[in-house]
Amino acid sequence: MQNILHGRLTGLLAMGAIIAVLPAFLPNNFYLDVAILAGFNAVVCVGLNLLIGYAGQISLGHAGFFGIGAYASGVLAGTYGWPPVLALLAGAVFVGLLAFVVAKPILRLKGHYLAMATLGIGIIVSIVLRTESGLTGGPDGMTVEPFRIFGVELYGERVWYWVVGALLFAVVWLSLNLIDSPMGRALRAVHGSEVAAEVVGVDTARFKVLVFVLSAVFASVAGSLFAHYAGLITPAKADFFKSIELVTMVVFGGMASTFGAVVGAVVLTLLPQLLTMFQDYQQIVLGAILMATMVFMPKGLLPTLAALIPARRRA
Amino acid sequence: MNMLTDPELAADAAPLNRRAGPALLRVEHLSREFGGVLAIGDLSFTVAAGDIHSIIGPNGAGKTTLFNLVTGVYKPSGGRVLFDGADVSGQAPYRLAARGMSRTFQNLQIFFNMTALENVMVGRHLHLDTRLLPALFRFPSLKRRDSEARDRAAELMGAVGLSKYLDADAASMPYGALKRLEIARALAAEPKLLLLDEPAAGLNATESREIDEVIKTVAADGVTIVLVEHDMKMVMGISHRITALNHGRKLAEGTPAEVAANPEVVAAYLGAAP
Repeated sequence: MQNILHGRLTGLLAMGAIIAVLPAFLPNNFYLDVAILAGFNAVVCVGLNLLIGYAGQISLGHAGFFGIGAYASGVLAGTYGWPPVLALLAGAVFVGLLAFVVAKPILRLKGHYLAMATLGIGIIVSIVLRTESGLTGGPDGMTVEPFRIFGVELYGERVWYWVVGALLFAVVWLSLNLIDSPMGRALRAVHGSEVAAEVVGVDTARFKVLVFVLSAVFASVAGSLFAHYAGLITPAKADFFKSIELVTMVVFGGMASTFGAVVGAVVLTLLPQLLTMFQDYQQIVLGAILMATMVFMPKGLLPTLAALIPARRRA
Repeated sequence: MNMLTDPELAADAAPLNRRAGPALLRVEHLSREFGGVLAIGDLSFTVAAGDIHSIIGPNGAGKTTLFNLVTGVYKPSGGRVLFDGADVSGQAPYRLAARGMSRTFQNLQIFFNMTALENVMVGRHLHLDTRLLPALFRFPSLKRRDSEARDRAAELMGAVGLSKYLDADAASMPYGALKRLEIARALAAEPKLLLLDEPAAGLNATESREIDEVIKTVAADGVTIVLVEHDMKMVMGISHRITALNHGRKLAEGTPAEVAANPEVVAAYLGAAP
């Protein structure tokens, strides 16, 4: 183990420790709420990072998968009275199948074309959610039943904090495992050189589809739980801007770094809250911070910081 | 270029009376056009199992195109490729890899987002558990085989003289080392047939000789090798057979001595009228 940022287990334990002690420093439910939102974003970003950072494929439609998960829970658990766990699973399976079907043709595309195609998927989802108002409540959204499991209702920020914390911990653990496995190396090889991966036996098309489906399912599960937590879901959570926000978090935190995706999600969830003091200039300041980060830290926040640490130790 | 006409070098070439093995790779009337331009035309040749078979020819002769056709990167416009007794024309590279064919690239195709050792470990892909669930939950069986793969990859890196780069990021390695890294990665797949596309290009004389030794060792282990190389000293020294191409067609074929003595080959290289 070289240091906390490089070591696999140390990083996981450090993150677990931060999740465990954080509530003690959060004075009220407002802060807990921000932490929970950061956690949901982080779960989606860890999955998205597998696709973007490791396998080198772009998606500008992941908010659509988040949205489908959220609405599946809202509609199935609410309107049709399914147990929330089943609704969550049904949403995840549906998203997985949808991602599988669309991935086959679109992942043959590269670069801008792939970006456009995934963008299209996100937009279609968003339009359906807005217009199928009989089912989804249209642009105003719909209320969502509380999450119940084994007769226990999850209620309040404190409970949800631990649920999201545990989910994030699990997702990060799974992601770290995957990356350091033969399949994970195959994914990274697809990013490095598709033709070189192919000639040593990697079926690149299969792995691209797989990681797309996996990251979509992560987003769907996060969406389902978010809907139950918030109690209200609107199509805005599934739209284009939300997709861009997710990609920005991944790139900002550092591509091909699982902890980087977490840090990116947390920082970019907190930043708008901190910038409210700039009032009307909030968006300008946020944009300036993003631009400065990408200019001075093109590899993203965490990899840049991680590269600094061994250099200092040597000095 | 005058290597070709150097009688001493030709005399150095591999023994002529060596008995050829059964055909491992058979190319039959292969052709490929790019927008009406013929890159490979009606090309036929056979590579015997156990041989080091070199493909030579001036720049633009179609050597790399031939590699891309044989390994499935390009689909042929006509003709067939038979590998290990089966017609594999137009099959995807990853399927050919599973049949026992691997290659290196003239222009490096390195996974620069990984360490050197991980690059070689990707070469073990076909021999490892690549399913999703065992990977996500880090099954003990997967962990065990993965650490075996790590050892095997380190061994291969040692065999090509890259021991000091085990934990290096591929992006930080010099060109000559990356050339060898590609060979180690291809060998990690345990191919029956290894196609090497200019493994000595851009290397100095010492490095070239080292690559030369590596190729001989690999061949001695029973891997059949198809070699594209401009370093005539290397080609004449290690090849059992040579096929010479020009303008996508076969110019000559035979032992190094025969090919070196062929006036058409000499003319193609030196640019004289045939």
